[in-house]
Amino acid sequence: MKRFFRANGAHRRIEGWPLVFTILTVVAILVGTVVEFAPIFLVGGAVQPLATLEPYTPLELAGRDVYIAEGCNNCHSQQVRPFQDEVMRYGPYSVAEEEVYETPHLWGSKRTGPDLARLGGKYPHLWHVRHMDNPRSTSPNSIMPPYPHMLTKPLDLDAIPGKMRGLRRLGIPYTDAQIAGASQSAQAQAREIAAEVESQGGPGQLADREITAVVAYLQRLGVDRARALDPDLDRAEPDVEAHEVEEVYDTMLDPGDEPPLLEPPVSEVPNPTTNLAP
Amino acid sequence: MSTPAAVATAAPAAESQSRFEVFTYDDQIVRWFVIATSIWGFVGMLVGALIALQLPFPEANLGEYLSFGRLRPLHTNAVIFAFAGNSIFAAIYYSTQRLCKARMFSDAMSKVHFWGWQAIIVSAAITLPMGFNTSKEYAELEWPIDIAIAVVWIVFAVNFFGTLWKRREKHMYVALWFYIATIVTVAVLHIGNSLALPVGLFKSYPIYKGTQDALVQWWYGHNAVAFFLTTPFLGLMYYFLPKAAERPVFSYRLSIVHFWSLVFIYIWAGPHHLQYTSVPEWAATLGMVFSVMLWMPSWGGMINGLFTLRGAWHKLRDSVVLKMFVVGITFYGMATFEGPALSVKTVNALSHYTDWNIAHVHSGALGWNGFMTFGMIYWLAPRLWRTPLWSQKLANWHFWIGTVGILLYVLAMYTSGITQGLMWRAYDDAGRLLYPDFVESVVQVIPMYWVRLIGGLMYLGGVVLMMVNLYKTIRKAPDELPDPAVAVPRLTGAGSPGGDGASGDGQSTPTPALA
Repeated sequence: MKRFFRANGAHRRIEGWPLVFTILTVVAILVGTVVEFAPIFLVGGAVQPLATLEPYTPLELAGRDVYIAEGCNNCHSQQVRPFQDEVMRYGPYSVAEEEVYETPHLWGSKRTGPDLARLGGKYPHLWHVRHMDNPRSTSPNSIMPPYPHMLTKPLDLDAIPGKMRGLRRLGIPYTDAQIAGASQSAQAQAREIAAEVESQGGPGQLADREITAVVAYLQRLGVDRARALDPDLDRAEPDVEAHEVEEVYDTMLDPGDEPPLLEPPVSEVPNPTTNLAP
Repeated sequence: MSTPAAVATAAPAAESQSRFEVFTYDDQIVRWFVIATSIWGFVGMLVGALIALQLPFPEANLGEYLSFGRLRPLHTNAVIFAFAGNSIFAAIYYSTQRLCKARMFSDAMSKVHFWGWQAIIVSAAITLPMGFNTSKEYAELEWPIDIAIAVVWIVFAVNFFGTLWKRREKHMYVALWFYIATIVTVAVLHIGNSLALPVGLFKSYPIYKGTQDALVQWWYGHNAVAFFLTTPFLGLMYYFLPKAAERPVFSYRLSIVHFWSLVFIYIWAGPHHLQYTSVPEWAATLGMVFSVMLWMPSWGGMINGLFTLRGAWHKLRDSVVLKMFVVGITFYGMATFEGPALSVKTVNALSHYTDWNIAHVHSGALGWNGFMTFGMIYWLAPRLWRTPLWSQKLANWHFWIGTVGILLYVLAMYTSGITQGLMWRAYDDAGRLLYPDFVESVVQVIPMYWVRLIGGLMYLGGVVLMMVNLYKTIRKAPDELPDPAVAVPRLTGAGSPGGDGASGDGQSTPTPALA
């Protein structure tokens, strides 16, 4: 080794050869890269999607892109770790099989707000509309920014088929029929959501607004995984009923009373040391 | 060692018949990069202060375009690629020319690099608030800008390697090794992570999906820290610290060992960002093991830096440059001890997703990257503008309020992060979650968010003092700033012209000649 390090040793010679030095550096960084990635990309196809996993509907896809544009992933993770407290707080832990159509992945690295991987079905549509319009109206101590523009901005339906075609090239199994009918499908789902919001006492005429796409996406989160665990489950049981949202909202507008918090019910798992369900 | 004789003006007289070559260094490009560094540093940190205010005070979310989710990527991109980016370019353009005893390969390329990079920053500052973003952390810019980054980076690389090619000094000093590692690895990382299918002018989807996308993202994300915020700053340290201390680097042998181990090991560590997620268990474990191994190469750099000051510690009293460097290197040492600790699964289970990570990155960014940059600027300004620094006193104020600002910032975020981690996993006696409502942990840490804002504003105040100092210094610079001319003996044959400068025991590394 001494010969290597000394004043006129081997390393000293390499220092005089920039090309050799650069090649050696590239080799040094590629070893770790190849060892870590080769198995994952070679057996990448080995991760089978969940039997219940479906690509996002056109409307949900549009909502996901709004989620990305607004940078929601800066404060909300979408990855439940296999810990008792996370499973109790959020729901079943995340698995690779539910991620195979996620591009880009939106796992996030920070929980300034709660994890959203299991958000779907927890709240009624109206809750999300109110929450986006003004987060403090549904969660009094929330520090989330308000997104009132989602209720006024028109939803861009024209871009959806192009996005689906692109995603199909990347391996998301959209059919020709789905792509051709993307606009109609998105409009139909948006009308359904808007009608439900209106019937719950919320604002009307939201069918062609961004907010319906966002609600559609948020209500989808974790649903495929829940279905895989419980095939009978059509839709996750809402934790908060629509009338509760209204009550809280009214209270917030009339600040005379103590606002009731909308808390997700405490999970009834009796002992944290019991099995990591499921 | 052959010390090039500094000549006052560019007057290559009697060059032809001499054994000496006379040439000039391009200092104008360095001046530009220094000015850009301070301006973008101010802008990036101002955005940081705004988003720090938005957390405890959501009313500071100023509408659609200036809300937290859109400004946070702007903050990170501005401070990493604009502030730290311009800083490392200033360091590289200044030191590479001197270490190679050659002018940059192409003045035109230097200009393309400078203006191209500034244009990229401006386009980021416009597109990110508009909501054009890929969601991939520290790679949020959409595909047209990604392509521009790749092009400008290649121009930079050609310019740099061209300068190596026509150098007049046989051996490459250790700073150059780190610049080489930076330039090639950032290119590989940026291209590898940005591969995406465009589906619109400002919309694309990555070619990777699910766990693959996560692994590629953190291979990039972690090594952006390694090869954009660590290796170039180590190169900066290896050049400017011995210059400022007027001491040779502590150990040549240590610089070899820690350079190769650092570039080899760093690249493996990425998956430690994905502990307990749905990536394969072995990948995350491998990331953890290599992260722990990374501690030693990192401390090799710290030791080589701090020990360079052996016998020169008294100089700290009078030199704000050395004070900045010492605090910067110390924060580097702390952050690179903390990093391996955070990668360990049991620690990560508590720390991940919390403000602890924010504390960690800011002790690295504010302490290491910021203070190394400030030290370099205070050292460079009198040399680039050929007039003493306008106010040493103001520079000392910058040092102190900056240091106190960092401490307030990181202590607040450590408190907040550990509080969050403990509250999320707290159970009551019946085994239920003690704080089932997430917002309880939010309310609990809001006082810490205010303390963090105060710390950040102090740090930003220090940057303002530096900008004033720089402005005043530039104002009293001479009207003419000709490129410095130097004469060196012609390089003949394979040998180095004046010996290699290494002392015979192979322990100390040659210091760059004082220009």
